[in-house]
Amino acid sequence: MSLSEVEAATESEQVEQPAGNLRKEAWKRLKRDPIALVGFGLIAFFVLVAIFAPLIAPYAPDAQPGRGMITPTNIPGPSAEHWFGLDASGRDEFSRVVYGARQSLLVGVVATLFGMAGGLLLGVLAGAFGGKVDTVVMRIVDIMLSIPGLLMAIAIAALLGAGLWSVMIAIAIINVPVFARLLRGQMLAQRGSDYVLAAVSLGVRRRPIVLGHILPNSISPVIVQATLTLATAIIEAAGLSFLGLGGADPRVPEWGRMLADTQRYLASAPHLAFFPGIAIVIAALGFTMLGERLREAIDPKYRR
Amino acid sequence: MRVTDSEPLLRSEPLLDVRDLSVTFTRKGGPTVRAVDGVSFTVRPGETVGLVGESGSGKSVTSLAVMRLLPRRGVQVGGQVLFDGDDLLTLPRDRMRDIRGRDIAMVFQDPMSSLNPVVPIGIQVTEVLERHQDLKGETARAAAEELLFRVGIPDPRRRLKEYPHQLSGGMRQRALIAMALACKPRLLIADEPTTALDVTIQAQIIELLKELVQDTGASLVMITHDLGVVAGLCDTVHVMYSGRIVESAGRRELFGEPRHPYTGGLLASVPRLDAPRGAPLHPIPGSPTDVLSWHKGCAFAPRCPNRLDACIGGPPRLESLGDRSLRCLNPLEQNEEVPA
Amino acid sequence: MLKFVVRRLLQLIPILLGLSVLLFVWLRALPGGPAQALLGERATAESVARIEALYGLNEPWYVQYWKFISAAVQLDFGNSARTNRPVIEEMSRTFPATFELAIAALIFAIGIGIPLGYYAARKYGSWLDNLSVSGSLLGVAVPVFFLAYILKYVFSVQLGWFPTQGRQDPRVDADHPTGLYVLDGIITGNPEATWDAIMHLVLPAIALGAIPLAIIVRITRASVLDVVHEDYVRTAEAKGLWERTITRRHVLRNALLPVITVIGLQAGLLFSGAILTETVFAFDGVGRFIAEAISNRDYAVLQGFILVIAAMYVVVNLLVDLSYGLIDPRVRVR
Repeated sequence: MSLSEVEAATESEQVEQPAGNLRKEAWKRLKRDPIALVGFGLIAFFVLVAIFAPLIAPYAPDAQPGRGMITPTNIPGPSAEHWFGLDASGRDEFSRVVYGARQSLLVGVVATLFGMAGGLLLGVLAGAFGGKVDTVVMRIVDIMLSIPGLLMAIAIAALLGAGLWSVMIAIAIINVPVFARLLRGQMLAQRGSDYVLAAVSLGVRRRPIVLGHILPNSISPVIVQATLTLATAIIEAAGLSFLGLGGADPRVPEWGRMLADTQRYLASAPHLAFFPGIAIVIAALGFTMLGERLREAIDPKYRR
Repeated sequence: MRVTDSEPLLRSEPLLDVRDLSVTFTRKGGPTVRAVDGVSFTVRPGETVGLVGESGSGKSVTSLAVMRLLPRRGVQVGGQVLFDGDDLLTLPRDRMRDIRGRDIAMVFQDPMSSLNPVVPIGIQVTEVLERHQDLKGETARAAAEELLFRVGIPDPRRRLKEYPHQLSGGMRQRALIAMALACKPRLLIADEPTTALDVTIQAQIIELLKELVQDTGASLVMITHDLGVVAGLCDTVHVMYSGRIVESAGRRELFGEPRHPYTGGLLASVPRLDAPRGAPLHPIPGSPTDVLSWHKGCAFAPRCPNRLDACIGGPPRLESLGDRSLRCLNPLEQNEEVPA
Repeated sequence: MLKFVVRRLLQLIPILLGLSVLLFVWLRALPGGPAQALLGERATAESVARIEALYGLNEPWYVQYWKFISAAVQLDFGNSARTNRPVIEEMSRTFPATFELAIAALIFAIGIGIPLGYYAARKYGSWLDNLSVSGSLLGVAVPVFFLAYILKYVFSVQLGWFPTQGRQDPRVDADHPTGLYVLDGIITGNPEATWDAIMHLVLPAIALGAIPLAIIVRITRASVLDVVHEDYVRTAEAKGLWERTITRRHVLRNALLPVITVIGLQAGLLFSGAILTETVFAFDGVGRFIAEAISNRDYAVLQGFILVIAAMYVVVNLLVDLSYGLIDPRVRVR
């Protein structure tokens, strides 16, 4: 309509930019976006805490500095000595939450990378070969998607036995279909695009086209998806270890497990639930905020 | 008939009197755009008025401003729109709702997107009758059927139950026209009603509009970029460029003797069937985005073959020249050959 | 329309088959095999052999698969290792509780989500809009079990407004003919039991409904923002229709199409989401039973419950697709 004509006229300078500039444009928009910046800040905080945990935490995660002060009815809360209070075994809650960041970051990153790698592989296979390969791959993806993610993660983790690696693999697997679909969609959309047709007509073979043209152009949505997946992976990992499927080693505290262990003391020692819970929220929220705004910055369809 | 003999029309009071209308869009962080800039025109009862211009000239925004259909956010509307003596721009919102669809109706450009895809045609027609004429149930349905029949939709009873995607483009536009005419409005605004249609259908729709307007005695404001549409339909034509009217005249005067170089260019760029074989087309050089801001000079100057130095020295005024108004310092000579 | 339904039903078959293969393989890949899984870790080689013979686990895989499938079709998933009762019995015992909880969570998520998303879009850029946008970002970042803890601590432990756990106060005298406690209270004419059951539902339903709520708000808002700029809404305005007619007939009817898909997807996920919620509130439903099965390595229960929940999820998605066909005439002819 006419209104959009007017807007189109004022926007025309921006619209006619090549893709490289669009990315620069997205970056510029992101740098001015308070939500994205807060998200980035939360992520940075989370990552730094994870890396420098031994420097930040006053106690080892399995040390019991307050062993003598604990009775079942009295678990001391936050104090100057123990910022987040003590847990039911007399361990310093602050140190454990700080160390927990390591597990959380590790599970999130590894699960996302594996899930992404698996999804990229399946998606590229389906998109590049099409036909029967596509049908088979997408049917597998459909079947995987027909099981609710948490349920599938539980099944896989149960199969592998409780532990950190089981959790990582389980979460990686449930995230494969998302990336597979994303990549396949990208490939199908780009297969008909002008530059791919140009490359084909110049006699470029399939592999160089896929590796040299299509994949690089699919990177932005994959990065967005990976950022969002990091958030869900952290939450899912916490959920699995909440259910007792994570590791049980007291030297490697996990936030989900800490929350599960605190269930009995919720009324008497709410700080034991509060701090690990907040830690999960901070980590997940950081990736969610950045991921959402990244998506909006890159894809105008989501911009509002 | 009416189209040729304009004497009695001039004496009657105007039905619609647009005075110094301006519309400004402001976008957060973006530039301010004045899409309509001091536009004035009148429409008398029964008169057919054309608003002509390229896309971006402000003609559609003008019509939406008259209907008060522009978004409220980021839009400032100035001036007056007198309809039957009331200023539509200051009317309470509910009174404006009463007028819309009953006294002033509108037909839009794209009949596919202008119809709700998930609501049957019948409901989309009867809802106007229910709203303004208190018709209900079977009475409303029968009236809707009659309306569809009148706009030339065969088998209207069946069509009422169908959804927009089941109709052809021409049918959809006919259905939209039926909705617009449902309450016998005194003014019909048609915003590029044929642009989205096939060429053969375009002529049918124009013919239909002409017929219906003559039958009901409604006034018509036809908004188009197509001079061919105007030539067969309008009593008076206003040519708009970059938000302002640059030339207004009766149809015969305008087509016979275009004075503004832009009007001349528009006319010359229409492909003619009677032109000799192989004769070149004469598009207007440049594009509508090559505009000068009106307060610096004539917005058309960058593309104008008749440009003088004075044209970019200050804003040209809309001068009255007896049979027409013209906003140009160096108009085309009377009966001058249109420059190529 | 019929063709559309039949085609969608046919598409179910390969998915359900694939699902059964997956679970069949899964159970056989478990450490120690299914016999050990059934018997637990302390099983002797002798008893394992007996169980394998009993369940035909030494037969060729295709015979086993056939038996597995025919048993599954008859809803026979073996016995729970922990309670020693048939899995299907445990399921029918716990199912109504989670069903009731899921319905309550959906009512909460839809009842708040759609109006909130709608008004956020209509008041685009207002404080309400900003609140709903940030709220929906936060909503997906808070783990369900942490939210459940907070709700429980604040509203049950501190304020005492709601009971801390369970489905019904044992002191309340109540009959449970259907297993849906709120409904039971109503049909047995027991207002005290009804009210008690509702109070027990509130916090778990909010915890379980939080993520669907966040997603529904977001989708509704985005969808309404899209639709209000559509040409047909302008046409409706040009007809002078009342605002509520425009909202109901022209904005919401179109804007809710994507929302319905999302509601369906989320509804299908509620049963698995309930695993975490029910654990925190000791709410005696499917989710809590699964959580207990995990810690007890009760694989027969896991297998049966996973198969049924996944099948339900698939069917719910199908129903959503079909309802889409009812609302959107364009889907029917495709």
